Amino acid sequence: MLIIKLAIKNLLGAGLRTWLNVIALSFSYVAIIFMQGLYAGMNNQMEASTIKVQYGGGQYWHELYDPYDPLSLDDAHGIIPNEIDGLIKSNDATSILIRQGSIYPNGRMQNILLKGIDPNQKILALPTHLLNNENGFIPALIGGRMAKSSGLKKGDFVTIRWRDAKGTFDADEVKIVEVINTEVSEIDNGQIWIPLDRMREMTAMQNEATMIVLKQDSQFAKNLSGWEFKNLDYLLADLRSLATTKSAGASIFYFVLLLLAMLAIFDTQILSIFRRRKEMGTLMALGMTRSTLIKLFTLEGSMHAVLAAIAAMIYGGPLVWYVAKVGYGLPASTNSFGFALGDRIYPEFTAGLIIGTILLVLIVTSIVSYLPTRRIAKLKPTDALRGKFI
Amino acid sequence: MSNSFLIKTEKLYKKFPMGPTVLVALDNINITINKGEFLGLVGPSGSGKTTLLNIIGSLDSPTQGSVEVLGNKIETLSHQDAAKLRNNHIGFIFQTFNLLPVYTVYENVEFPLLLQDIETAKRKELVMQALEWVGLADRKDSKPSQLSGGQSQRVAIARAVVKKPELVLADEPTANLDAKNSHNIMETMVKLNEELDTTFIFATHDEKVMKYLKRKITLNDGYIQRDENISLNNQ
Repeated sequence: MLIIKLAIKNLLGAGLRTWLNVIALSFSYVAIIFMQGLYAGMNNQMEASTIKVQYGGGQYWHELYDPYDPLSLDDAHGIIPNEIDGLIKSNDATSILIRQGSIYPNGRMQNILLKGIDPNQKILALPTHLLNNENGFIPALIGGRMAKSSGLKKGDFVTIRWRDAKGTFDADEVKIVEVINTEVSEIDNGQIWIPLDRMREMTAMQNEATMIVLKQDSQFAKNLSGWEFKNLDYLLADLRSLATTKSAGASIFYFVLLLLAMLAIFDTQILSIFRRRKEMGTLMALGMTRSTLIKLFTLEGSMHAVLAAIAAMIYGGPLVWYVAKVGYGLPASTNSFGFALGDRIYPEFTAGLIIGTILLVLIVTSIVSYLPTRRIAKLKPTDALRGKFI
Repeated sequence: MSNSFLIKTEKLYKKFPMGPTVLVALDNINITINKGEFLGLVGPSGSGKTTLLNIIGSLDSPTQGSVEVLGNKIETLSHQDAAKLRNNHIGFIFQTFNLLPVYTVYENVEFPLLLQDIETAKRKELVMQALEWVGLADRKDSKPSQLSGGQSQRVAIARAVVKKPELVLADEPTANLDAKNSHNIMETMVKLNEELDTTFIFATHDEKVMKYLKRKITLNDGYIQRDENISLNNQ
């Protein structure tokens, strides 16, 4: 208890030197918590958006479907199993049929994925109800990225070409009934969504699908012949690994920041031990042991982290609260990054993140503070009193 | 009184390696100091006064020979035990005062009691008593930087005697003070020596201090040149 009181007194007594270190260290706290919170928020937001508009509660894929192999699409379709059909009828699942195709916007050809979806589905948060508008034309939805790459806009007609179940080419015109502004590029880039029944007619694939998307929180996961169940862990694996990579990149930034703060602490400790050797000699003459002296100086260094945590709470607390509430605005260009970010990121600052960061900085600061104090163990009281050092 | 010695050195040597040669700082020192003495170690610079004081104060250890302080053999004491001896039984006064700059006068004087883990009320009583002795009770909230040299040394005296030690070691306590302050300081220490029966040992070459000493040991080149009991001579 005594050395805690003494350490606080010495630290506060050191004035500006202490506060400069505390401010530098508090920046580390705020930066680490802010960046980690931002990435946690981004990660969760990406997952939530992707689940909402793409993955639902998991998917059944036709056994030949491989999203990374467009050639597999020719054969990746099959009759929907009865168990799943029941789920679709009770609005607990929806089916999607996927075929390769081409469009010819503005006199050029562009390869696309043609996707058929039930206009009345409620499983994915897509405005598919707009596909109910079949007024003498095939209604189609595209995403913002697709609109940009093809030059198409709402109300445009465009010729599409596809192959049916027997491999015969066919073509027709579709009308773009809406351009969807979606965060998830995987349902947008190079894709055209049309009504499922119409697509089945066009492709002669009655009652067939390429994948079935289950309702969120669905517990259905039966083994079905010819179909493979992909749970969310599988579906989100790429996204999570992307988030981990991004987070690791950010760690380098705050590691550098922490390193700079630690250098300042280390330097202060060295300087403090050098400048205060006479004080150390006096303390020893008054009866303080070397080990207590080491503890005192280490504690003084470590307490920079405690003061920095308090300072960070004072100015960083309102900052992170505000950002968590109003979100962090992103420029429109981030839409092309390839992952679902949205207009704003809402960072997530959990108690675990805050406590973990405080502990991390405290431990690192304590180690950095202790290292120079080991020299005190070799200090002779008479040398210290004379101002001589080791 | 002569049987109840406080300090006894026998064939004490202290040598410092100085490059290829060895400097003999203390050369066969044999002295006995009794309780309540007011003694000065005098001599020119480099005569070994401070070295002897440091060894008696367990801040340093002898190269050879034996030093017994309050029943403790200094040459065999561990760092821990030496710290305990200093904390419980010895007060130090330094030429440059060595007050802790971030603490107030009160806190500086309180410090040795904090190390002894004495309870707050008792600590307060002892600190105020020590400040009364040196006449600085009204400056208890001042910082060392706000004090004059004489006041700073009086705070250092209060810090040395606050725990009522058997022994106070003062290394050139008046060297940084003017004549008036030197006399005030010495009178304060004489008073404490008489009232508390505390043994005072000074290392000094200040002529102003000499007239207050009851015993004077003159060192020269590390050996005892003369050991005079001034009070007896005066009688």
